Amino acid sequence: MKNNKEELLHLYQVMLTIRRFEERMVIDYHSGAIPGIVHSYIGQEAVATGVCTNLRLDDRIISNHRGHGHCIAKGADLNRMMAEIYGRKTGYCKGKGGSMHIADFGIGMLGANGIVAGGLPIAGGAALAAQLEGGDRVVVLFFGDGATNEGEFHEVLNLASIWKLPLVFACENNLYGVNTHVRYATGLDHVSERATGGYGIPGIVIDGNDVEAVYETTKKALADVRAGKGPVFLEFMTYRWRGHYEAPGLPDLRPVEEIEAWKKKCPLLRFERILLKEGIVTKQTLEEINTRVMQRIDDAVDYALASPLPAPEDAIEDVFSA
Amino acid sequence: MRKISYRQAASEALMEEFRRDEKTVHLATDIPPDLRREFGEARIRQTPISESSFVGAAIGLAGSGFRPVVDIRMATFGFVAMDQFVNQAAKITYMFGGQARFPIVYRMTVGASKSFAAQHSISPYSMYMNVPGLKITLPATPYDMKGLMKAAIRDNNPVISFEHMMLDAIEGEVPEDEYTLPFGQAAVRKEGTDVTVVALAKMVHDALAVAEEMEKEGISIEVIDPRTLNPLDKETIRASVAKTGRLVVVDEACITSGAAAELTAIVVEDEEVFKRLKSSPKRACGLDVPIPYSPPMERYALPDKEKIRTKIKETLN
Repeated sequence: MKNNKEELLHLYQVMLTIRRFEERMVIDYHSGAIPGIVHSYIGQEAVATGVCTNLRLDDRIISNHRGHGHCIAKGADLNRMMAEIYGRKTGYCKGKGGSMHIADFGIGMLGANGIVAGGLPIAGGAALAAQLEGGDRVVVLFFGDGATNEGEFHEVLNLASIWKLPLVFACENNLYGVNTHVRYATGLDHVSERATGGYGIPGIVIDGNDVEAVYETTKKALADVRAGKGPVFLEFMTYRWRGHYEAPGLPDLRPVEEIEAWKKKCPLLRFERILLKEGIVTKQTLEEINTRVMQRIDDAVDYALASPLPAPEDAIEDVFSA
Repeated sequence: MRKISYRQAASEALMEEFRRDEKTVHLATDIPPDLRREFGEARIRQTPISESSFVGAAIGLAGSGFRPVVDIRMATFGFVAMDQFVNQAAKITYMFGGQARFPIVYRMTVGASKSFAAQHSISPYSMYMNVPGLKITLPATPYDMKGLMKAAIRDNNPVISFEHMMLDAIEGEVPEDEYTLPFGQAAVRKEGTDVTVVALAKMVHDALAVAEEMEKEGISIEVIDPRTLNPLDKETIRASVAKTGRLVVVDEACITSGAAAELTAIVVEDEEVFKRLKSSPKRACGLDVPIPYSPPMERYALPDKEKIRTKIKETLN
């Protein structure tokens, strides 16, 4: 246990917030309160948490379609997130983006992206911006194993490599792109081989369900990136508990035994057990944290429900900036 | 007044704006030597031939406070990065509720006539006109090139500057003094009373030549150059057609679903202008074929002075 108690509890609270947020969103989606489609991050919480808790406010992240966890871990406001998912005027994007396009430029969250690998070149540009600014700010790019067969993935690995960009490739290898297994889709066990072998970028495979391992590995990697040593590729092995997205009609074709086996590796329970076993917290403290987190989620939903829907004619605003 | 070329006008605009704003960054596979000399490798960056990466990188730069100018060169290469243009650059301001600005200039060469064949000749601006969120400039003269380019660099949105390959060397009057041109203001290149000809890019010059010739035959033609396609100056075009009662739109892009169709539609859908039409509007456009290689076929596929004249005559019958 290298981290102090405060840090450990913070990690726990962020992970739990993501879990509870997503659980509530899934329920509200299926009750019909949330329009469109939503992609649940349940099962992968340790990755966003362990990575983003290492970041400063002025560091930037780019996320993908499964982006709520990244937003929360970077410090986004739960009320405005929930309001956006509920399609309300008070949401981060005034109801124009929804679940897949939450952004908060004020905290360095440069947006989630609905196109697989679509955000990768943008992250390359944000990293170039950081390099041109001359400080030690970094950019973290979240994407899944599914993005690694897109051309944009390879183009940005190359760009980051030749320009030594301060970019952390945070690949969440959850083994499936929708229902296609990564082994089939890439021919590899670890997609980070593409970064190391093809582009000379250091790659590390990490247990993405071990929040402490995620945190420590990211911390070390960030020190190098901040020192100007160029990009790193972190491959976090993890698993999403739910189907690709919450919608009727898309079957989850993954083996039931596999899903159950991964649920036993729950990142949250695993960390809870460690915290209790090491005597860092009591059960009561954990329950108190849970109560507080649940209250924040309830408040966020209340905020969303109390917020007005956009006026129809708001649709014509924001096509261009002034 | 001094005269400089279309190409020099672009170059001057870049030089002045890069001096004016240190947040400007240039991305291209080919380095502009004068910019590189003055502003160095970091800001005047050479990119690999990797369009998606640098078209998208411009978005990340812009969202982080920089003002990138990206030279794609041929518009046909731009298609390689279509996700970044259409799904990302065009939509990002809107999707995020206007919370951030994305000032980007994408330069692309359009047109045909050099026997470059299908994959190096195209005029695809109407494809981008169908994508809300992208401003589109189409300079036809050195003066417009400089003024629109400077305005594009200062604009807080993605702007695509479509530059015609056959206009590179043409010369025109460009003042030494600082100026920018507002978007959405068409230029009336020649006033006239019988027929309105709206022409795009290189076709502005061909239409003007035809108008001068026909003037001698007693036909008075008004030639309008929209200069920017988004925003589009509908008022100037409608007012002109309301006056002349006749319209010909000239564009070398393929006729189907081209800019000429939109330019015709904005005229005929206006009740007041429609009532004043004396004949049905005509289009002199490129044929619906990929641009062929061999000169006689290439010439056949594109509008020229003779085809413009024929269409004008048709509106007068």
